[in-house]
Formats: sequence, C-alpha cells, structure tokens
Amino acid sequence: MHKIVSAIFLAENIKKIEIEAPRIAKKRKAGQFVMIRVGETGERVPLTIADANPEKGTITLIVQGMGKSTRELNSKEAGDSIHDIVGPLGAPSHIEKFGTAVSIGGGLGAAIAYPTAVALKEAGNYVITINGARSKELVILEEEMRAVSDEAYITTDDGSYGFHGFVTQKLQELIDSGKKIDFVLAIGPIPMMRAIAEVTRPYQIKTVVSLNPIMVDGTGMCGGCRVTVDNQIKFACVDGPEFDAHLVDFKNLSDRNKMYLPEEKQAVETFAHKCNLQKQL
Amino acid sequence: MDAQSITTKERLAIPRQQMPSQNPEMRSHNFREVNLGYTAELAQREAQRCLQCKNPACVKGCPVNIKIDKFIKLIADGDFAGAARKIKEDNVLPAVCGRVCPQEDQCEKECVLTKKYTSVAIGNLERFAADYERETGNVELPTVAAPTGKKVAVIGSGPAGLSCANDLVQLGHAVTVFEALHELGGVLMYGIPQFRLPKEIVQAEIEGMKKLGVNFITNAVAGRSITVDELLEEEKFDAIFIGVGAGLPWFMGIPGENLLGVYSANEFLTRVNLMKSYQFPDNDTPVFNCKGKSVAVFGGGNTAMDAVRTAKRLGAEHAYIVYRRSEAEMPARIEEVHHAREEGIEFLMLMNPLEFIGNEAQWLTGATCLRMELGEPDDSGRRRPVPIKDSEFILPIDMAVISIGNGSNPLIKQTTPDIDVSKRDTIVVDITTMATSKENVYAGGDIVTGGATVILAMGAGRTAAAAIHAKMMGTAVVS
Repeated sequence: MHKIVSAIFLAENIKKIEIEAPRIAKKRKAGQFVMIRVGETGERVPLTIADANPEKGTITLIVQGMGKSTRELNSKEAGDSIHDIVGPLGAPSHIEKFGTAVSIGGGLGAAIAYPTAVALKEAGNYVITINGARSKELVILEEEMRAVSDEAYITTDDGSYGFHGFVTQKLQELIDSGKKIDFVLAIGPIPMMRAIAEVTRPYQIKTVVSLNPIMVDGTGMCGGCRVTVDNQIKFACVDGPEFDAHLVDFKNLSDRNKMYLPEEKQAVETFAHKCNLQKQL
Repeated sequence: MDAQSITTKERLAIPRQQMPSQNPEMRSHNFREVNLGYTAELAQREAQRCLQCKNPACVKGCPVNIKIDKFIKLIADGDFAGAARKIKEDNVLPAVCGRVCPQEDQCEKECVLTKKYTSVAIGNLERFAADYERETGNVELPTVAAPTGKKVAVIGSGPAGLSCANDLVQLGHAVTVFEALHELGGVLMYGIPQFRLPKEIVQAEIEGMKKLGVNFITNAVAGRSITVDELLEEEKFDAIFIGVGAGLPWFMGIPGENLLGVYSANEFLTRVNLMKSYQFPDNDTPVFNCKGKSVAVFGGGNTAMDAVRTAKRLGAEHAYIVYRRSEAEMPARIEEVHHAREEGIEFLMLMNPLEFIGNEAQWLTGATCLRMELGEPDDSGRRRPVPIKDSEFILPIDMAVISIGNGSNPLIKQTTPDIDVSKRDTIVVDITTMATSKENVYAGGDIVTGGATVILAMGAGRTAAAAIHAKMMGTAVVS
C-alpha cells in the first residue's frame, strides 16, 4: 500500500497526487512511468511520473479522470492509499544538448512534457515550452513550465488565455520566425502528436513523442502495448514510451486504443452509479 | 487393505485409476478446476499398482528426483500426510507439480509398467498427497537451520525462484524474493488458468514459504526498480538468483497482427488469469467479449491449449487450434489435448496463417490461411510442413491469439551487461551450478532455457540453491 501525501485539483477533473514510493522516487528519470492499481480488483494503469522528491520519498502523478480507474484515483484524498505502484518503467527520455529544444504539452501532456523540459534545461539546452489547453481553466503547470523555460508559451483553443490557437500553430510560427529548432518533444492527445509530426517533418527537425497505448503488465511480458514504428512492432513499455514521431503509425495506435470502448463506458457508468449511491447514503 | 499382503500378480491386475473430472459440457462454461482429484480409496488402489522396484527408474525420470517409490508406499499404507512430507523433501510445490508436470514424459515414462501395462499415475498420486495435507490443515513446516548471516536475493517468484528460495531459507539464509507483478507466483498466476491450477493452491504454497521466513517484495522490476548491481553493492546481498522467466511474446510477423482482436497468449491469459477479467466488471480489467464469437489460437503447445480452452469458457462458439503441423507433432501434453477435444475445441491441423484481415474499424474479421502437408523431417526430427499450392482460404474469426513462444525480456541484459547471454538473449550458465558469468549471480528457468516446464525451472532453482549455499559457506556442493 502506498499512502497519498497530498491530492489537489489543478483544473477541473485534473488532479495532482503526491504518493509515497521511496524506491521509485530515488530511481526515476524523465520520461518514465509507473503502473498503478488503485484497489484490490483494479486494473493496471500506466501513468507518467510528473515529478519526484527523493528526500521525501514521494512521486507526483497528474491524473485526468477519463476512465473508471482514473476517476477512482481522482476521488482519493491525502491520507488515502493506493494498492500497488510499480516502476519506474519504460526507457528514460533520451536527453542531450541539442541546442534549442521545444517541449510541447497538449492538455494533460504538460504533466509529461514538464519533467523532460527540466531535464533538457539541465543538459544545457535553450528550452522553449508550449503548453496548450482547450481554455484558460484547463492550463496546468504554467508556473513550473515557465521556471524551466527560456521562452514559455501558452496556447488555448478558444483564445481565453495566451496564444489563440493550437500548439501546432505556435510551433509553426516559431519555425517561420526563423528560429533554428534542433529538437521537439510533443506529448498530448494522438491527433495533436500526429499534427506536430507533420509540422516538423518538412524541416527534418528531430521530433519525439511519448505514446500511451493500452498496457497490462508494463514490463514487456504481454505485448498489448505494441505499436508500429518504422513498420516494425515495438513494445511501448520496454522499447518506449518515446519514439521518433516521424516513424510512428499514429492511425494504428489510435485504432488500437479503441479496443475496449464499450467496456470502458460500462465501467464508468457502473462507477458513477456507485458514487451516486454512496452520496445518498 | 494392507499393502503388503497383495501379490505382484494382483497388483498388475489393478487397472490404472482414472482421475475423476468435471463433465466436459459443464466445465467448458466455468473456470472451476477440471480434474477433481482422487478420493482416498482411489489413491490407495492406484498406489497398490506400484511394484516398489529396487532401483526405481521413475525417480531418475523426475527432474527433482522425488522419492516416488517411497511416497507411493506411504499412500498405499494409508499414511497420506507422511507421503506429502516425503514429497516435500524434494519438491516445494507438489500440489502444483501434481497438476501441471508432463509426467508422461518424465517419471511415468520410466515406470516399468509402461512397457506392458500402463504406468502408475504418479502425478495424480502426488496431487492427492499434497491436497490431503493442505485440505486437512496437517501441514508440517520443515525445520530451518540456524541463521548463517548470509543474504540471498531471488529475482522472480515463479517456479524457479520459489524452489531456490525454499531450499536456501531452510539452510538458514535470509532470502528476499523480488516480484515484478503485484501478485506472487509468476507464470503459475498469470499464465496457467484457474481451471488447470487453482490460484488458491499457489497462494497456499507461498504462504507456507512466508512462514519459513522468506521475505517477499512485490512490484519490484529487476532492471528498473532495482538492478543486480544495486542488490550486490548497495543492499549487500551475498548472492543473487535470477529466475525472471521468459519475456517478450513472439509474433508471427505477418500483415494484420496489430488489428484489434489479435492478442499474444501472454496478454490474453494475463488478462483472464491474473487480472480476472472473466469477472468483469467486478474486476476492472476487460478482455474481448468472446460470447458467440469465433476464436482461433495459433500454436500447438500447452499455452495454446490453455488459451483456447479459456476462450471457450468465455463463451466462444467456435474455439479453434490452428497448427501448421499435424496433431502428432503438437508439443502440448496429451491430457491437455484430450481435455480440449472433450470440451469441443476444434483442431485445424496443417494450416498456416498468411495474413490477418480486418474491417474498416480495424477489427479482425478473418485469417487468410494456407493448407500444409508433411514433408521430410527437419532439424527437430519432426516432419516439415510444406504448403499445398493454391490452397489459400479465409478462416472467419473475431479474435486471434498468437501462441508461438516467447523471447527473453531485455531488461536484465540492458542493465547488467556483464552477464553473458546467448544469441537468443537467454542467460548463459554453467549447468552444474547455474552460475552466470558474473560473480555470485546465478540464473535458472525459462530465462536460461527458453520456454520450458514448471518442473525443469524448479530443478534449476534447486541446483542453484545448492551451489549458492556451497559458495557462501565455502563447502563442497551437496545435491
């Protein structure tokens, strides 16, 4: 069992959860993830480690309530416990001094783009961050991102804050302004990552994305997280989760992530029903 | 009946006692155990068939050399708890091995009765004794030697790790077992289905080891959460045993393998066994809804049989085994094939898939297959399947399971480069001691042999335990 030290909402439905996990806190590197099981009958859910405090022995996860498990996790408060956490899993981000590096987070993706931005800065890069959200209320980690950036941009789809438009448009603007960009990391919903790959492809800018396929064990044993990269099967849990954006078959990933849509819907409905009943009691 | 009073002729006249089992139609719709186990009466009668050979060949046929003749005599004499203790002198998991060992290729194959009659049902008797002991609560813990002050880390809590840990803890060493998953037992939990090996039995065996003092840590992935070097240098373990099992599942490399509805056997079985997705939504993990669907499992081993029988239990209307050779070449145990056939599994032999095809939403709809015929024997001595010209056809299926074996998990190799591995990425060991190329690090089980059996992994764990003990204590190896 792992105790939750703090749990606060950063935006509607997005919670920052700090959990005791001393071994993981000591070992984790940017780009790595954990698998968690909220309760005894829970599924194993992969979540990227947003931050860690080795002295305190805690890791930080930023969780958006989407399916049943993430909603259940987001219903937890400080003092509650999580049944299982295993990690750090996945290969760490490949970090080097590229020159000018752009770290782009779309929506919850900022939670993953942030630790890598920190690592890129530590490696001596000129770091530009683009933090995109649908609207102002959904922007997360603004201060944290700004603190590690040489240039920090916020974009919102509705124009309620920062640049009015998508992260792709902001990136294109930066490229068009004549800025020499050596490396792009993009993390967010699949359509966004695919769009970023298309922005950078003509300029041959090295671009990396972090993929989020369905996983079971997260240690290479099941092959459920296989993705097609350069026409080859790769396992996101051990070969990734980060891959060359220009070689990823995003359509295949997007299709495969739909495998359990009816079951996910059913689980969410059952969970919502139980929550309602509990409220009435 | 007094076992001594019957003559050899009378013994030979007793037929091999059949294992009672659940009715095939009923069991193909539930996950309860297929075999029900001998009653005391059946067990004693079966035990009386044993001729008590002076030089029992069966013992040599057992990878861990269980004193088979002796425990069978105890059963014949009615001392069932004594029989269980006798087995446990050599085998830490008798209730497991009695169920999943390929006895027909090991102990029972060597039984003198095999030539003219049928062998003694050694596996069934082993299971009976172990179940008797557990169910009557008559479990006697073995004695543990005085603490030696030595620390051993065992990586992996599958059959190899458990048997190694068990021997070492009894010799007085402090043993910590690190398991990557959230449950202990490795393949016994995620791989072998409930209907063949109830999980409660595995957990009961592990509870016994906890009582002996073995320390178990779950959710610890070797190469990620902890590395071999950290265990040696920072955590000061005197020796390490690596029993992490087989790893990455192989795919066939044919088009369409990433369609929705195509699973590796590891994933399908892990979802159902470890994550209990057959109880969705009470358990959160889903699995493809097989009800009324056609499911094909590609492969002919025990894992393939487990997968196809699981699909049937999940409600598949058609559950096929698709295998490119003929039934005679299938590596699965005869009992499993027999059970599968009784349950209505359809065997499509001499058939090789070329491509998976899907609909617009990328869901699997079928497999293009080619019919084969048997040609000349290949390197393995089995007749090579040769394609029949123009025999292509489409097998309509909604779900596919690829069960053609596993490669090695790369994590240990990546993080501990000074452990030598083979071309297939299995760990290279000295088979007399299971020592790897790295000082004080040993390995055994599927990570060394590639996919093999529970009992071979257990044998390797025991060999390593003896060598580790000798090395730490500075004595000669006593096996």
